[in-house]
Amino acid sequence: MASKPDTGPGRIDPEFTSYPLRQLADAALARAAELGAEHADFRAERIRGQQIRLSDGRLETQFDADDLGLAVRVVVDGTWGFASAVDLTTDAAVRAAQEAVDVARVAAAISTERIELAAEPGYGEVSWVSAYEIDPLDVSVADKIELLARWSSGLLADSRITHVDASLNQVRETKFYCDGATTALQQRVRVDPEVTAVAVEPDGRFETMRTLAPPAGRGYEYLTGTGWDFDAELVELPSLLAEKLAAPSVEAGRYDLVIDPSNLFLTIHESIGHATELDRALGYEAAYAGTSFATLDKLGSLQYGSPVMNITGDRTAKHGLATIGYDDEGVAGQSWNLIAGGVLTGYQLDRRMARLEGFGRSNGCAFADSPGHMPIQRMANVSLQPAKDGPSTAELIAGVTDGIYIVGDKSWSIDMQRYNFQFTGQRFFRIRNGQLAGQLRDVAYQATTTDFWNAMEAVGGPQTYVLGGAFNCGKGQPAQVAPVSHGCPSVVMRGIRILNTVEEAA
Amino acid sequence: MSQHSPQHAVDIALRSARGDDCIVIADESSTANLRWAGNTLTTNGVSRTRQLTVIAISRAAGGARVGVVSRAGVRDEQIADVVAEASEAAAEGSPAEDAQPLATSAPPLPASAPAWDDPPAATEIGVFSGFAGELGNAFANAASADRLLYGYAEHQITSTFLGTSTGLRLRHDQPTGRLELNAKSADLARSSWAGVSTRDFRDVDVMALEAELAQQLGWAARSVELPAGRYETLLPPSAVSDLMAYMYWSAGARDAVDGRTVFSKPGGTRVGERLSSMPLTMFSDPGTPGLQCAPFVIAHASRRISSVFDNGEPSPRTEWISGGTLAALIQTRYSAQLSGLPYTPWVDNLTMQADGSSASLTEMVAGTTRGLLLTCLWYVRDVDPQTLLLTGLTRDGVYLVENGEVVGAVNNFRFNESPVAMLDRVTEAGATQPTLPRELSDYFTRAAMPPLRVEGFNMSSVSQAS
Repeated sequence: MASKPDTGPGRIDPEFTSYPLRQLADAALARAAELGAEHADFRAERIRGQQIRLSDGRLETQFDADDLGLAVRVVVDGTWGFASAVDLTTDAAVRAAQEAVDVARVAAAISTERIELAAEPGYGEVSWVSAYEIDPLDVSVADKIELLARWSSGLLADSRITHVDASLNQVRETKFYCDGATTALQQRVRVDPEVTAVAVEPDGRFETMRTLAPPAGRGYEYLTGTGWDFDAELVELPSLLAEKLAAPSVEAGRYDLVIDPSNLFLTIHESIGHATELDRALGYEAAYAGTSFATLDKLGSLQYGSPVMNITGDRTAKHGLATIGYDDEGVAGQSWNLIAGGVLTGYQLDRRMARLEGFGRSNGCAFADSPGHMPIQRMANVSLQPAKDGPSTAELIAGVTDGIYIVGDKSWSIDMQRYNFQFTGQRFFRIRNGQLAGQLRDVAYQATTTDFWNAMEAVGGPQTYVLGGAFNCGKGQPAQVAPVSHGCPSVVMRGIRILNTVEEAA
Repeated sequence: MSQHSPQHAVDIALRSARGDDCIVIADESSTANLRWAGNTLTTNGVSRTRQLTVIAISRAAGGARVGVVSRAGVRDEQIADVVAEASEAAAEGSPAEDAQPLATSAPPLPASAPAWDDPPAATEIGVFSGFAGELGNAFANAASADRLLYGYAEHQITSTFLGTSTGLRLRHDQPTGRLELNAKSADLARSSWAGVSTRDFRDVDVMALEAELAQQLGWAARSVELPAGRYETLLPPSAVSDLMAYMYWSAGARDAVDGRTVFSKPGGTRVGERLSSMPLTMFSDPGTPGLQCAPFVIAHASRRISSVFDNGEPSPRTEWISGGTLAALIQTRYSAQLSGLPYTPWVDNLTMQADGSSASLTEMVAGTTRGLLLTCLWYVRDVDPQTLLLTGLTRDGVYLVENGEVVGAVNNFRFNESPVAMLDRVTEAGATQPTLPRELSDYFTRAAMPPLRVEGFNMSSVSQAS
């Protein structure tokens, strides 16, 4: 994949590129080869982050993080070795190569599986920059605080609002990767603006409501009108929250659901995204994140969901949080099917697993969250495809006689094989005879993954499709955090179990 | 003290600070880890990080403005740039709500505390030299009996150097280690787990843990299907620690005063209310043997339960629950003013004990007519902050106890329970012992908990996961 015309290495963090990256890589790779490594790759990264958080319009948190370092990963006699360093110097790079080889030799004594990597073409010297207009870290802290303060004061001026939290997380990730055949210099930015309004009644009852704006692989322009209309969303929050606080508590039972993309993306993440990670299916995460019910023997036969279910994995979606030109093993970004017509057809791979299980080529899901961590298979953007010429959300609601329309994500939990899950949301609207009939409180939905997706009767059209996502997907030991997006349309699910969370706590 | 030392970095940064106040925190951290699956090592690594955090404070009419910049791998010649960036962030910022004067006197430190000038402590892969050999023996032992071992061992040491423009120079060395061992039957249908927290891996007996897991897999030879429902349940220390640590983290005074947690009540907080009829006491104490942690506040950023202005303030033993009554909430000095309660900051360990309890879990099993025995909890998340309703899964072994004996393994469940409401349904607590919170161990490893017998634990639905 070549650089996009509107981007280019000129925009890449000049402080990072001022280091002699190529020289460091050459020195590390040469040392690893000298010491007998059959594979070696070198990675240098700078990750800049900034968190700003206001409580009731006053500054609570301002924190700037700046992580820089290098890493060398080797395979020596079929065993992994990994080491990292904080100084971007030739000495440190050579020492890391030496240390990685040492670690591999120590580890060989208790390793029984031979590490081999699937082939990937060499791309030479390439660069890639994500699609954004304004680097959020180039915007002054004062401007960001002022914007969050304006959002907060607008809400606090409404007598129905007791408290407002407003926060903005921003990340700029710059990477240099070299394995001899491919040398990739890449940069991407992401932003996560959130506003939560809280209403507290005199009797102590309280409710909260958060904005639905998803975190996005966009720049600061996202906060000022490109890709989302914050002003329009914020002006609606007080009345929505007041209505929720006054709403009746849901009656537990089975309901037909219309689920909005702002809620469904997280259910996709947990029950499909993680379940189609091959390292989980193979048991590498068995003691921590867990395994998957969608094991390799079911590839091509498992009826994961109804025939209207088509799921893709990709590292290419514009503004996607998992989007990148080349992964942390030098594999070019791709898009592929995970589920087609409801049947399991693919997994997320890295080079090692692609080779081990005969997939031929990796689909590019290797990622390390920092220079200090070894890449592992991490989630691509995993998305549910809309129906071409499919219905609008209102048309989906019109087809439900007695149900609930669920909007926004909140609480989530799923078991270690990705069977049993429970989710709540931000807003729950009663559906009666195809019409919305006010909000409900205290709603949670609970299901088993394949029951749930096989109960999906219809998916909405492209006009309902939204790319949601999260900054904070956790996996691996040592624990690593990855950002990922999930696009989906609105959907109709029949006969899903709804719990009343007040009764559950009784 | 050499060039490039963290102590030197703190001094350079404080010297180059131009604002009214400045706090500098230098963290030197080293980590070694081993990970294994199916009786073979899968990944490993060693890493070192060096982090410099500069908190610049500019005091003026209208309040104190704060800028925080935290940067990895800073070289001496870059320190002034980091200070300048923090000062610039402070100048651009707006007044901090939590502004307070900085601490001026050193808190009491244990006699064993390292001197400021001593080199930073560090770990390396050699910390596993004895352990790795034993682990290899455990792999062989497990393989010979058709069992598969999975798990993770990590050891980390962080030396933190905290300096302030008010003259404080405080140091804390924190070792943090944990072992998680998971055994499965060859068909992966049965699974058991054990976890330990350790400061140095010298006290870890992996063969004994492997034997314990083998016994639990043996219990699972007979399986029993049970439906969702409310069960008398024996929670071992790990399961108790995840629920109690979640509650501890949710016990911030700021949010309670704002009326938005389970510990809120109209016009104030629930401090002083009885939560359990059992004489349960839950406390944090930086001096707890085996669970030692920093005896002073180290706050890299201000958040709901921490304030950068409190850096260097003592964080002594605090009882959060005394004899079943809510006694304190996590405070910053700012939230203490808001709540009108004493200043009781976060401490990085947690112990619960019941006065006069000495029963072991085995004895509690023997005293059970019919109930469930859990191993640990997983994927715990809050569902409703009003009640602190949590949901999550049982994992790696749920056993049915009848007439004092384990009679088989039961399917897993999704639970929905509030740890606060649960405290009032505790009917027996055993002897407190060190444990590892399975769910929270990436962030929180220092806990000692009793096993608990809980009436009517809410198993909301069956999970097919094994």
